[in-house]
Amino acid sequence: MATVDDMVPPGESPEPFHEEAHDPRRRDFINIAAVSFAGVGAVAIVLPLINQMNPSADVLAQSTTEIDLSKILPGQAIKTSFRKQPLFVRNLTPKEISEADAVDISTLRDPQTLEQRTKAGKKNWLITLGVCTHLGCVPLGAGEGENKGPFGGYFCPCHGSAYDTAARIRKGPAPSNLHVPDYAFNSDTVVTVG
Amino acid sequence: MSFPWAKQYEPKLPLTRWLDERLPVPRLVYNSLGGGYPVPRNLNYFWNFGVLAGAALAIQIVTGIVLAMHYAANGLVAFDSVESIMRDVNAGWFLRYAHANGASMFFIVVYTHIFRGLYYGSYKAPREMVWLLGVVIFLLMMATAFMGYVLPWGQMSFWGAQVITGFFSAIPLVGDTIRIWLLGGFAPDNAALNRFFSLHYLLPFVIAGVIILHIWALHIPGSNNPTGVDVKGEQDTVPFHPYYTAKDGFGLGIFMLIFAGLLFFFPNYLGHPDNYIPANPLSTPAHIVPEWYFWPFYAILRAFTADFILPAKLWGVLAMFGSILLLFFLPWLDSSPVRSMNYRPKARIAFWVLVADILILGYCGGAPATATYVILSQICAAYYFAHFLIILPLISRSERPRPLPNSITEAVLANHGGTSPAQTALSTASAPHSAH
Repeated sequence: MATVDDMVPPGESPEPFHEEAHDPRRRDFINIAAVSFAGVGAVAIVLPLINQMNPSADVLAQSTTEIDLSKILPGQAIKTSFRKQPLFVRNLTPKEISEADAVDISTLRDPQTLEQRTKAGKKNWLITLGVCTHLGCVPLGAGEGENKGPFGGYFCPCHGSAYDTAARIRKGPAPSNLHVPDYAFNSDTVVTVG
Repeated sequence: MSFPWAKQYEPKLPLTRWLDERLPVPRLVYNSLGGGYPVPRNLNYFWNFGVLAGAALAIQIVTGIVLAMHYAANGLVAFDSVESIMRDVNAGWFLRYAHANGASMFFIVVYTHIFRGLYYGSYKAPREMVWLLGVVIFLLMMATAFMGYVLPWGQMSFWGAQVITGFFSAIPLVGDTIRIWLLGGFAPDNAALNRFFSLHYLLPFVIAGVIILHIWALHIPGSNNPTGVDVKGEQDTVPFHPYYTAKDGFGLGIFMLIFAGLLFFFPNYLGHPDNYIPANPLSTPAHIVPEWYFWPFYAILRAFTADFILPAKLWGVLAMFGSILLLFFLPWLDSSPVRSMNYRPKARIAFWVLVADILILGYCGGAPATATYVILSQICAAYYFAHFLIILPLISRSERPRPLPNSITEAVLANHGGTSPAQTALSTASAPHSAH
């Protein structure tokens, strides 16, 4: 049977084919091509095996939360849940706002103003995740009578990170401010987080 | 892969001869753990701990498999299923306490095994691969133990998972993505609990596989010994069976006595009471601590409190992983050709300081993060790295070792072959070494 390797009809004497003379050899090329093809296939199969570990649809479906703000008086805070993580919603008093504004931004580890961390015209509503940016403990300070730490905001009991009234990191090992999630005001008293 | 004078397996029964020609498993066992493995004649009781570690793994696998028959890896019922094991399942309390305390015993044994390797220079040529595989086993053990501790889904389980997976968020740029991928969510929940259970069941068998490689690599040069001197001839060795099967059997009896004492009289001594509170994602315990066997590493993690080029959190995580990964380089950091610390007067002092340093780190890691403990952790963490990266390399180049015995047999006959570290430390402190 005539194949690619054997194109010369029987009877005619072909040029002797010296495989060693060709570099890379035809066989090397076929080897590399075959193994590469199998390799690409193996990598393609690994992708779903890795991707299955990402959050599933039902976990992502819980990723927005509506909050009613009407019951939170100035100076109060509530602890609610967003994506199974604690969420702090705080109604700042004018004194707390002025304390936050009085800080020189350039002295902060993670420089942000209170304006940048709240919505325009809603500067008293500080909405942050209740997850310490160090190693993920829930800081104290949102509940009634809890230790608010030396800067009057939040205090993480695990490794002593202290946050100010804008929930910015001021002291301790945490690298950044308490995270502000994406949210929007639906009305004056209802926000949708996520 | 053995000394030329090793005894050969000779099957006597027709059945064993038939088997040996087709699947020589009895021959493999004979050459690994039987009369066919010649071992230095002067091993002390520190050499029991390899076999003890194997026994501890076997106990964990057996108790673990039966516990998995009653445990439910679901955030809603995991805690209750563990309580049901404790109260309702026949002998469930025994199995769970054996598994929980068995993990502690496993670490006690493995830490002693590592101590033995460090003191007697078992990590040096030609046993580097034995050491490297040992560090791999240690890392796998830590991962397995951590994931196992999450399964009861108590407060320490949950917050331990939160803190440990939080390490990965310290990685710049991709850290949070990696953490969410590891957890399968934004915080530890069902997805995380299920995959931890799956991996907690898998990894012990991976450990068993690496242990086979560890023993295989060991049996090429053969076991080290308290003098650190190479085996010179047949007079230096005895067959593993019956000499060391008997000695290990005795050690195993002592191990089981201590294990039983812990299991039956202090089953919760090494645990944390907060783990009997169901996991609550909205309330952090006042004082999160890992299990005792992670304390030294936890202290290193917490020792970094100030930013320096990189954030403090990233430094802490790098240092904690670095403190273990450093051990992979030990065979090349310590360039002294003398293995046993018994013959290295300076390195031996540094060794004992390191042991004290790790014990203090362990104490700090279990204590609350107050200023005193943080400063103490910082000093001890600095010393830990200095020991491996500065002190040991320098000593190994400058030190003048004491004269080595010409052979194991000579050391044994001079009654110095089986000296324990404590005896030698005392004898060198108080008396001149006339025997050398």
